[in-house]
Amino acid sequence: MHLVGLAMLLALYRLLKGPAVPDRILALDTLFVAAIAQLILFGMHLGTAVYFEAALVIAMLGFVGTVVLSKYVLRRDIVE
Amino acid sequence: MSWVYAIALVLLLAAGCFFILVGSLGLVKLSEFFKRLHAPTKASTLGVGCVLAASVGYHMLAGSDPQPRELLITAFLFITAPISAHLMAKAALSLHMAERPPQPADDEGSGEPRISGTQHE
Repeated sequence: MHLVGLAMLLALYRLLKGPAVPDRILALDTLFVAAIAQLILFGMHLGTAVYFEAALVIAMLGFVGTVVLSKYVLRRDIVE
Repeated sequence: MSWVYAIALVLLLAAGCFFILVGSLGLVKLSEFFKRLHAPTKASTLGVGCVLAASVGYHMLAGSDPQPRELLITAFLFITAPISAHLMAKAALSLHMAERPPQPADDEGSGEPRISGTQHE
């Protein structure tokens, strides 16, 4: 859990500092992935399976957010 | 039997955390965007895959949740990670082409030492 928390902090550093917009999108995607792993590890730590649904929702919303931000950078418009 | 099981789960967890940390470290330390794009794919496939396999094993051992639902997240990430990486690469490529047009033949000689040494000067 501490290692994944350190990974989330590194991704947050790149998200805040990143020189271009795609760097920030990539850092946000990495942050979503690390958050999924962190939620799974926390669910194992507490011994419950409740956090699995939260991790699944974060996976779906992370994919949709990455695609929408990339489409916005690519075309300056989301819905064409 | 339980010792072997626990040691296998600990090895899976250590490998998953290592790969996630390596992904974020590469995201911070590498120099360009297209080099940085290569690092977090390890975190999203091997890292989360190992952590979810350990979670499946743990819940199977504890007996609270025997069905392997955690593999859904792994399948979802394996499907969606190449799509998002491809879209981010396309976005970065379009930005690069927008902000850096093809250079004219002779600049003022400020950059590019290997070309200015060989050409007409």
